[in-house]
Amino acid sequence: MDGRRARHDPDADLLIMTTTPTTAEPAKSGLSPRQRRRVSLAIQYAVFVLVLIAVILLADWPKIFENFLNGKVAAGMFPTLFTVALKNTLIFTVAGYVIGFALGLVLALMRLSSVVPYRVVALVYIEIFRGLPALIIFLLLGFGLPIAFPGFKLPGDVYGTVALALGLVAAAYMAESFRAGIQAVPKGQMEAARSLGMKPGRAMLSIILPQAIRIVIPPLTNELILLFKDSSLVFTLGVTAATTELTKFGSDTTIDQANSTPLIVAGATYLLITIPLGFVVRRLEARQGRKR
Amino acid sequence: MTHAVEIRELHKYFGDNEVLKGIDFTVELGQVVCVIGPSGSGKSTLLRCVNVLETPTKGRVFVNGVELTHPDADIDAARRHVGMVFQQFNLFPHLTALQNVMIAQQRVLNRSKKEAEIVARENLAKVGVGDKCDEYPGKLSGGQQQRVAIARALAMNPDLMLFDEPTSALDPELVGDVLAVMRKLAEEGMTMLVVTHEMGFAREVADRVVFMDGGVIVEEGTPTEVIGDPKQERTRSFLRRVLHPEG
Repeated sequence: MDGRRARHDPDADLLIMTTTPTTAEPAKSGLSPRQRRRVSLAIQYAVFVLVLIAVILLADWPKIFENFLNGKVAAGMFPTLFTVALKNTLIFTVAGYVIGFALGLVLALMRLSSVVPYRVVALVYIEIFRGLPALIIFLLLGFGLPIAFPGFKLPGDVYGTVALALGLVAAAYMAESFRAGIQAVPKGQMEAARSLGMKPGRAMLSIILPQAIRIVIPPLTNELILLFKDSSLVFTLGVTAATTELTKFGSDTTIDQANSTPLIVAGATYLLITIPLGFVVRRLEARQGRKR
Repeated sequence: MTHAVEIRELHKYFGDNEVLKGIDFTVELGQVVCVIGPSGSGKSTLLRCVNVLETPTKGRVFVNGVELTHPDADIDAARRHVGMVFQQFNLFPHLTALQNVMIAQQRVLNRSKKEAEIVARENLAKVGVGDKCDEYPGKLSGGQQQRVAIARALAMNPDLMLFDEPTSALDPELVGDVLAVMRKLAEEGMTMLVVTHEMGFAREVADRVVFMDGGVIVEEGTPTEVIGDPKQERTRSFLRRVLHPEG
């Protein structure tokens, strides 16, 4: 270390002090605590480098590139990857989100209602739909209903089924977010609105909800990410070439080409959407944190 | 003649705790009545019973001759004529100052946007924040926020204004601006019921002062009587503590 700098560096002073023989606690190993920390750190780096070298040397790179990162197979997925698969995934997600948002808001208001049956219905709904795997809901809507009522079809066919299934599940989660948001609005807001002569419904609509929704934008955006991924469950319903989405398209092409690259490409396409959205959520949360 | 506010045998319980123990009093049209007393004496609760933000447990409340404690009373309609100013301002943070003053005009009185905006700008100018129309409450000082809140209530053309410790949450140097606005309102003949710790304001502006303690009215009269020459020992000891806190 540069001697001149050490004089101004309290850390370095400490180092000099602790390495002098007069140190208060003579370590058994002959190493000062600071030296021990350094050795430990060096070992951790060494292990990391060793594992890295082992992976690089032992992995069958040509085979990995051939099977997972095959440029030719990947190129064959375009433009269908975007024009059909991603497009359908986005349609499923957005449609499900719209249904979930509307139903979730209604459920939240029911949950906070002074009418007991409303509260009970909302509570039971939320508990059931948060407790069940989304897959069960997909299967019930896709196969359960048509078996029970032959000829029954939801409007929009697969689109309708997926949107409804995603919406029903999302509504339960979003209802809890909305409820938390509404309860986070200070009581004085409702009092001020009522003191101006607003009826309870009007006060909720004009004063409370606009504030509550602002509060829950981060969790609601998170829900959008979850839905985006859950839309892959549509594969259980047997989609056609026209209604295929990212996961199904990836897995079909993988089987078709006897090559795993399409799954990697499909996965990367999800990340293309989820990583920026996740970034947005963190930004929104940070901004809210600052406001408080 | 009907009273602006008439309260008969008012009781209010929170659970088992009796906060108001039989209050009788009236406010006449054009009067300014200040309610003073130690914290926990029930004065804020009394004020909140006047526009039924708290539902009285027992007793009757009349505003301009309309009984608000009647089961069939249209409380929302009655509140339109009663402005309220809160200790914590309670401005709507998602709306600008102008929108804060406009929204109830539009949604409750069904005024057109244009009319509501004219009335809002008039009232914001009147309370001295005419240059803050497009600011959000978060950007305003406490004194400015409270004046916007006063403008918001005034825009509804109230017959009666309720003030619930309007300066208690303010930095000392901002209190004067708000009191000046209230003084101006009083001079214009507004009927006002004010819960306050500002003895100077009560002494100079109030027509009547009511001293409350322990859920009852201990003493009431003109400011000269109640603040200048209190008859009751409880009033005297309260005033001593408020006016000479150093003892």
